[in-house]
Amino acid sequence: MFSPAAQAMAERLGLTLGRANVDEFAATLEQLGRTDPNLLVVTSDSRGSGKLAPFGQALPRQLVEVGIAEQNLVGITAGLAACGKKPFGVSPSCFLTARALEQIKNDVCYSDVPAVLVGLSAGVSYGALGTTHHSLHDLAVLRAIHNLAIIVPADNLETREAVRFAAAAARPVFLRLGKAPLFDLHAPGTRFAAGQAITLRDGGEVALIATGETVIHALLAAARLAERGLAARVLSLHTIKPLDTEAVLKAGRECRAVITVEEHLVHGGLGEACAAVLLQAGVSKPFRIVGIPDEETVTGSQADIFRHYGVSMEGLSELAVSLFTVA
Amino acid sequence: MTLSDVELQLKAIALRRGMLRLIVHAGAGHIGGGLSCMDILNVLYNRVLQVSPETFAEPEHDRYVQSKGHCVEALYAVLADRGFFPSSDLNTVCRYQSPYVGHPTRHIPGIEMNTGALGHGLPICVGMALAGKREGAAYRVFTLLGDGELAEGSNWEAALAAAHYQLDNLTAILDHNSLQITGPTREVMSHEPLADKWRAFGWSVRTVNGHDYAELTRALSDPPAPGQPTFVLANTVKGKGVSFMENLASWHHRVPSEAELTAALTELAAAERRLRATP
Repeated sequence: MFSPAAQAMAERLGLTLGRANVDEFAATLEQLGRTDPNLLVVTSDSRGSGKLAPFGQALPRQLVEVGIAEQNLVGITAGLAACGKKPFGVSPSCFLTARALEQIKNDVCYSDVPAVLVGLSAGVSYGALGTTHHSLHDLAVLRAIHNLAIIVPADNLETREAVRFAAAAARPVFLRLGKAPLFDLHAPGTRFAAGQAITLRDGGEVALIATGETVIHALLAAARLAERGLAARVLSLHTIKPLDTEAVLKAGRECRAVITVEEHLVHGGLGEACAAVLLQAGVSKPFRIVGIPDEETVTGSQADIFRHYGVSMEGLSELAVSLFTVA
Repeated sequence: MTLSDVELQLKAIALRRGMLRLIVHAGAGHIGGGLSCMDILNVLYNRVLQVSPETFAEPEHDRYVQSKGHCVEALYAVLADRGFFPSSDLNTVCRYQSPYVGHPTRHIPGIEMNTGALGHGLPICVGMALAGKREGAAYRVFTLLGDGELAEGSNWEAALAAAHYQLDNLTAILDHNSLQITGPTREVMSHEPLADKWRAFGWSVRTVNGHDYAELTRALSDPPAPGQPTFVLANTVKGKGVSFMENLASWHHRVPSEAELTAALTELAAAERRLRATP
């Protein structure tokens, strides 16, 4: 995932490698499920992808397998939620949010049931498996649906807290998870609140507003920029909806430039959400959206794809410098 | 309160009358399918479902999800008659800022889930029935499907799951009037033989005349085959009760003129007189 230079930077920052968010999700869910018999997991032959086989072994009465049938997965999840259960419908995001979009829109969000949907192996987590398995549309389509909280955790702490938030939520929640082991970005005990960005690093030159598995790259880029005398602010904007407009506006007003970073198409995701907030408030600064461009995605691992499109310490820091050079 | 077959049939005439007026007043609605499923809803809400305005919020009540959500006007008429909300509310159906949308929503007392897109009710009901099974709860779950919507693949995903989980607390009713918006279902996308298909999917199938109160009551009330979900294939007539609307796809969502409404109400009044004259 990281170049040798980025790896070295992570070590200099004292970051330690945690586990994949999906592992943290599964462990947290099992912990919660042991004390809440109403917490159910619904899978579409996806318990392997969701690392939920141990959950199923420990709590067999709390797992519902529906087979490879995502529409049915979401419909059943909604029905369970309408009858007093707390179901987590779990399936790869590429299938869940495309094939079952109408069920998400109507059965979960419009009917307003307390269901949680979990998009696994999101973004380009499946790497070289190709476009069928990528979900670069999910944030865009889900943002356009009323009544859905959308959370994209950046590390294990954010994942753990997001799962707890979702389990307690009375309204629909979507969690977007990847499967690569991630560096821990937050000190233990860091406060996580859905809808509130976490500032990982303060600075007034450039704001790097990132989400999910791209946040670490923004943080490493900020560290590299600091070596060049540019103070970068890094926000983990884990909740895509409702967006922390206050944090975005503050970053836009206080920094000389803004760069957003996401594992998503450059259309309809975090970047355009931030742009809308800034522009409508009259905040106009040099602004760039880093993500996957609107083209057939290059073949490669998640790391290859990130590097190819500049979602890396090197790519982001060079882009930041170029903004000031041009300006 | 137990109503006789004749009393229920009289009620059905009143419900049809109310639904026709509602649709004309609203200037919109699905009249043909509403008339074809009215007797089914009448039997469900007055003989079968263990639910009332008082028990609706309780976890143990029977669930009904109308998958063919477009026939909401029939459901509105039945729910108003059962006291879930005042009948006068129905003057606002489809009006600006009314909670009474042209498809079911949970804003309305008595409605479990928001439906209207087809192929959604059965998967939802599988989830509801599973919740009941895992709870050990006694409630039953019912959904009403239309012919046209059986072309949606999600129904068949749910049909598999219901049999797999042996959901004998689940009943799917097909309002089998054999017509959909474009014309006869056999011409649009044939789905016969339906009874064989549902049996092959592991369901217990009961075929009834969907306008016969004794047959409907038995099919919806008799204990299920243990470990099997129940499919009630209710043979119905689209537009049932108004001769010039019967068996015509063109009445799928046409709104009657005032003259047509008068003619329809006259027919219903005649039917009521005949029924009352029956010894």
